[in-house]
Amino acid sequence: MTPTLTISRLTKAFPGRAEAGFPFGKARRQRIQAVEALKQVSLTLEAGKRAALLGHNGAGKSTMMKIVLGLIPFDSGEVSVCGARPGSPAARTSVAYLPENVAFHPALTGEEQVRHYLSLRGEDPRQAMEILARVGLASAARRRIGTYSKGMRQRVGLAQTLIGRPRLLVLDEPTSGLDPVSRRDFYDLLDGLAAEGTAILLSSHVLTEVEARTDRILILSGGALVAEGTLAELRARAALPVSLLVRPAPGHAARLAMAFPEGSQDGDGLLRLACTQAEKLPLLARIATLGTAVADLDVIPPSLEDIYSHFSRRDGQ
Amino acid sequence: MSGVLATAICEFRIALRNRWVSIATGMMVLFALVLAAAGSAPTGDVSVDRLSVTVASLTSLAVYLVPLLALLMSFDAVAGEVERGTLPLLLTYPVSRLQILLGKLVAHLAILGLAAALGYGAAALVAVWSDPGALQGLGSLWRLIWSSVLLGATFLGAGYALSSLARRPSGAAGLAIALWLVAVVLYDLALLALIVSDGGGTFTTQALPLALLANPADAFRVFNLSAAEAVAAAGGIGGAAGAIPLWQSAASLLVWPLAAIALAVAAFRRVTP
Repeated sequence: MTPTLTISRLTKAFPGRAEAGFPFGKARRQRIQAVEALKQVSLTLEAGKRAALLGHNGAGKSTMMKIVLGLIPFDSGEVSVCGARPGSPAARTSVAYLPENVAFHPALTGEEQVRHYLSLRGEDPRQAMEILARVGLASAARRRIGTYSKGMRQRVGLAQTLIGRPRLLVLDEPTSGLDPVSRRDFYDLLDGLAAEGTAILLSSHVLTEVEARTDRILILSGGALVAEGTLAELRARAALPVSLLVRPAPGHAARLAMAFPEGSQDGDGLLRLACTQAEKLPLLARIATLGTAVADLDVIPPSLEDIYSHFSRRDGQ
Repeated sequence: MSGVLATAICEFRIALRNRWVSIATGMMVLFALVLAAAGSAPTGDVSVDRLSVTVASLTSLAVYLVPLLALLMSFDAVAGEVERGTLPLLLTYPVSRLQILLGKLVAHLAILGLAAALGYGAAALVAVWSDPGALQGLGSLWRLIWSSVLLGATFLGAGYALSSLARRPSGAAGLAIALWLVAVVLYDLALLALIVSDGGGTFTTQALPLALLANPADAFRVFNLSAAEAVAAAGGIGGAAGAIPLWQSAASLLVWPLAAIALAVAAFRRVTP
C-alpha cells in the first residue's frame, strides 16, 4: 500500500528579507542571511497512523505543514500527498488542516461557518449541526464566532477537519487553548479517525499528551529531522540513565550507603542511584538482597522532556 | 461553480451583517433622491422626458458613487483575510483562487446592483410621479443600472488587486482612496485643464476621445449620455460624448471589468499565506 504522505529530502530556505524584522533586535543581520527552515527532511506516513511532530518554536514544524498543504513552495526534494502534488486539487480534496491559532470571520455564526466549509468541500451543508455536536459546540452553534472563547474557536477549527473523509489530517498545535477534558475528547476523536484509515500529522508542545496518543514521534531541530520512532525506540536510542530512589528502613541508612558507595544520599537517608537501562535489573537484584533494610523503592525512567531535550538540543542554546 | 456560489452566499451574509448592504443602498437612495429633487429645474428648456433628464443627472452621480462603493467593499477582500488569519485555511480547501475572487465579486456585484436599482428606482419614481410621460425614459434607466454594475465590477476588480498587493487593510484602504481620487476626480480635472490650454486643437479632437475611453469612469459617462442622446442635458466632460461612437464606449465598459478581474486574480495568485 502506498503511504498517504511521502516526503523525501525536503529542503526549504526563506530569503532573508522575508524574515526581516521578525526577531526585532536582529532585523538588520537577518535581512542579509537567508534562513534555512528545512534541511533534507524525509518521512513517510501510512494510512491510519498518527505521527507527532515535536520541536522548538522555529524548528520548522509549521513550515513543513504548509509545504505539505501546498500553501508555500519548497526548494528541493519531493513531496507526495495521497499520490498527488501538494496543493493540487486532488491533494486538497483529501487533506484537512487545522492551522495554529485558527481564525474565522467574527460576523458569522459557528453553524454558518461550518455550512460554508461543507459547501466548499461539496458536502451537504445540513450536516453542520451534527459536526458541531461532535466537538461539543451544538449549544453555541447559532452564536457569532466573534463571541467565542479561544477554546471554542479551536473546536470550530476541529469541526471543519471532520468534513468529508479526509485521508490526511494536518493539525498545527491542535490542543492549544483546550482544557484537559476537551483534550482527551479530541484525542478520542482522532483515534476514531485513525481507525477509519486517516493518517494524522500533528504538532504539539505538550509532550505528555503526545506520548500516549500517537504511533510515532518526529523531532525537528533547526530544520532537520533529528529523531524518529516510537517513544520506546527513542527512549532506547537516547540511552538516558534511569534513576532509582531507595528509602532505607529506619536505622538502616548507613548500611545502605555502605552497600551502594556509587549512590548519593540526602539528609534523611534517601539514596539516589543512576544506571543505564541494561544495568537496571542487576541493580534491582542487588537492592533486593538487602531485604528488610529497604523500606521503599522507586524506579524513575527518563521523562519525555529529558528524551526530547536530548534530541533537540541546539548548538549554543 | 459550487465553490463560487458558496463563497458568494457567505460573502453576502457577511456584508449583510456588516451593514454594507444597508450602507450602500442607503447612500444610493439618498443621493438619487437629492438629485431628483434638485434636477427638476432644467426640464423646461430641454425637449426630452423627465426621466431621461434624471438619468443624465444620475449618471454624473454614479460616476463618483459607484466606484467609491465598489472600492470600499473590495479593499478588505484579500487583505482582511490575511490580517484575520483566515486565508491559509481557506486556501487548503478544494477551491481555486479564481473561484474565491469570483465568489466575492458575485456577492459584491449583487449588493451594488441592488443599491443601484433601489437608488435609481427611487429617483425614477419621483420623475414618473411628476411627469407620466417620463415612462419613455425607462430604457435609459435600465441601461444606467446594468452599466453601473459593469463600472462597479471594474472597481471591485481593481479593489481586489490593491487588496492583494497591499496585504494589510490599512494600506489597501489608502491605495483604494488614491485610485478613486485619480481615476474619478483628478483624471477629469487634468483633461479639462488640457482642453482649456489646447483651445480646440489636436488634443481635443484626436487625443481626448481616446483619453475618455481609457478611463472606465469616463467611458461609463460617455456611454450613458450618448446612448440616451442626452448630451445636451449634461455639461463638462460629458459634452464630448457626442464625438465618440456608442460601440467604442460600450466596448470600453465591457473590457475594463475583465481586465480588472484578470489583474486581481494575478495579484491574488502572488499572495503566499
